[in-house]
Amino acid sequence: MAVIRDLNKDKMDVVEGSYAVAHSVKVCKPNVISAYPITPQTHIVEDLSQFMADGEIPNCEYINVESEFSALSALVGSSAVGARCYSATTSQGLELMHEILFNVSGMRLPIVMTIANRAVSAPINIWNDQQDSISQRDTGWIQLYAEDLQEASDMTAQAFKIAEDKDVMLPAMACMDGFILSHVYEPMVLLEQDLVDEYLPTYAPEYTLDTKNPLTFGAFADPEIYTEFRYLQQKAMDNALPKIEEAANDFHKVFGRYYGGLVDEYETEDAEIILMAMGSVVGTIKDTIDGLRAKGVKVGLLKVRSFRPFPVEAIHNAIKNAKVVVAIDKNISLGLNEGALFTETKASLYNTNIDMPVIGRMIGHGGRDIPVSTIEKIVDEAANVMKSGISVESQYADLKEELL
Amino acid sequence: MSFLFEAGHRGCAGCCDAMVAKFVLMAAGEDCIIISPTGCLEVMTTPYPESSWGVPWIHSLFENAASVASGVEAGLKALGKFEKTKVIAMGGDGATLDIGIRGISGAFERGHDITYVCIDNEAYMNTGVQRSGATPFDASTTTSPAGSESFGNQRPKKDMPAILAAHGAPYIATCSLGYPKDLIKKVKKALDVEGPTYIHAHAPCTTGWGFDTSKTVEIAKLAVQTGLWPLYEMEDGEITSVKKIGKQKKPVEDYLRMQRRFKHLFTKEGGDEELKKIQVLADKNIVKFGLE
Amino acid sequence: MSIRLGGVCEPGSTRVNKTGGWRTFRPVYDYDKCIKCKLCELLCPDMSVLEWENGYFQFDYDFCKGCGICANECPKNAISMVLEEK
Repeated sequence: MAVIRDLNKDKMDVVEGSYAVAHSVKVCKPNVISAYPITPQTHIVEDLSQFMADGEIPNCEYINVESEFSALSALVGSSAVGARCYSATTSQGLELMHEILFNVSGMRLPIVMTIANRAVSAPINIWNDQQDSISQRDTGWIQLYAEDLQEASDMTAQAFKIAEDKDVMLPAMACMDGFILSHVYEPMVLLEQDLVDEYLPTYAPEYTLDTKNPLTFGAFADPEIYTEFRYLQQKAMDNALPKIEEAANDFHKVFGRYYGGLVDEYETEDAEIILMAMGSVVGTIKDTIDGLRAKGVKVGLLKVRSFRPFPVEAIHNAIKNAKVVVAIDKNISLGLNEGALFTETKASLYNTNIDMPVIGRMIGHGGRDIPVSTIEKIVDEAANVMKSGISVESQYADLKEELL
Repeated sequence: MSFLFEAGHRGCAGCCDAMVAKFVLMAAGEDCIIISPTGCLEVMTTPYPESSWGVPWIHSLFENAASVASGVEAGLKALGKFEKTKVIAMGGDGATLDIGIRGISGAFERGHDITYVCIDNEAYMNTGVQRSGATPFDASTTTSPAGSESFGNQRPKKDMPAILAAHGAPYIATCSLGYPKDLIKKVKKALDVEGPTYIHAHAPCTTGWGFDTSKTVEIAKLAVQTGLWPLYEMEDGEITSVKKIGKQKKPVEDYLRMQRRFKHLFTKEGGDEELKKIQVLADKNIVKFGLE
Repeated sequence: MSIRLGGVCEPGSTRVNKTGGWRTFRPVYDYDKCIKCKLCELLCPDMSVLEWENGYFQFDYDFCKGCGICANECPKNAISMVLEEK
């Protein structure tokens, strides 16, 4: 299904991305919000606390924790008693949570966190890239990436719906590029309370900490049984693949807006060159494609919306007829010199009949601006690959040689 | 017949953690939720699929019991289920005052209505008796062993009750498994007081301290009777009651001699001087808390 | 038995693990000396001192680990630790 962005002008407001997300959280009726401030997530948690102060979020407790580690730890307790839980973080905060990310997923607690993607220290840098959430890709959290404010706002409701589904019960990260989406004002429709009430069921987990039915959470699993726990988490990720599509389709039915499920395709039907990307850079790429198409270049975009679970089949279906694919990454795996989207796409193609060259280009790290010219340069390189094969498989596309 | 803390757990014979947990549950009754950090208590009571806990219980990580307890309290309040349910974080000294200090500081500063019980057996027992911030002066542990150049741990115990009093905790009490009725009474009081309350329970560990399994209670009493483990209550930062030792006062040797972790003080050259230092610590407590 | 979501466990289920096999010594009552002070029941770390008749107690040998705390603390020396014969 194509992206549907017919927004009712009467319902539109010009708001900051952070405000929109905070509003979405509010109307999703959370029970516990825990927050530790870190740029560029701060406006989200500030807006939420103003909503709390104005009594706009009933049946909710807001915990001003003393670190991100405690932010997520507190939600372990809250989620276990049956509360719908939310937090937001980025970069250093997410890295600090690394230990507990695994714990939350292993305990199958469907906590939702907005990640306002930001580069990771050292060197310290507050601007956008996706190293933070990508570096947590093994932790068992669902990861969805938003293209613009409207999607980031709407994605919050979808994240709760997917995470809390009985066949999933995994925590979810709703990722939005820090500053680029969090601190920018756009005209958009704020998530509608009455429609959310229709779309998102009440959170009613099967097992809770309940004095009337005491249970033990967090027992230790010896070698005889540990593997099966991991297997069941992987199975839940597999179950999430169709649920992500379903959540997006249901969202369209109720709200009239759609951004793709696992992936979204732009001008890919006859594309020879397909660019793959996640997050806000998708907008820039679409503009670039419009310009290049006008010149007759057959280029298209595959927006990857769900990074975890990794939508292998959806990606293959979208790119199988292309002559060259470029995966664009705002992250790097040091020691491999590749971004994760590239590595995982390439690996997923290896044992298949899909045979075109796939290259990786890393851009925008530490918030480096991505002008249309950078994307055009990448498309040129892809065109050369079509002609003469791969010369460089993976590298930075916006490296400043003069600084080296 | 069933107990709130059941038999069949893998605690050592004479286990101090088991005793304190049992007493705490006797004080709390079935309307409570327990949050434990990683440690002996957690490991010995919950090998999947078995659990010794007859009340709702959750374990997350080593350093976050207080944070998880904060979340349990907030979740119950948000859902309108808080009422009379007691939220109790219960775990060891390492998890409380070393790696967990960030979490407990935050929880107490925010003033959650929880009770935190620290079972202080004075080392990281579950991982093999390594030194913690609660290890007393001159105790030999596996990472602060006595040796030809060392008398063991050279630092004093971290004064956790004082730290939490500074956080404005309305009720703090030290207790000992050697005085179980006193312990139960203090836990009941802590549970009744609104706000973050703290119980610091002395728990002699037969395996880690090196004494016969039958001596757990006896040694706990001796710690109190020497003045090394003062029993007191603090309300809003002021000491409001102490257990006087009076005629029961014993010299520190009576307590130290029974434990392998202090044996070097009796066999190594210079041990006498060390014993005197420890007696000074005990005497200071007696003066400071008015235990005479 | 299949794993439950998140690995939740039933309360009190450690009772399948009969720790009585750990013992070297077993406690035995001399009821003539016992004053029914209930200290043994209070102190037992393994819930192995059970109410019996007339206010007395009996040991649950399925779980008793033979630690000897009850014998050590009994104010009337009414409990002795006897070597297990097996």
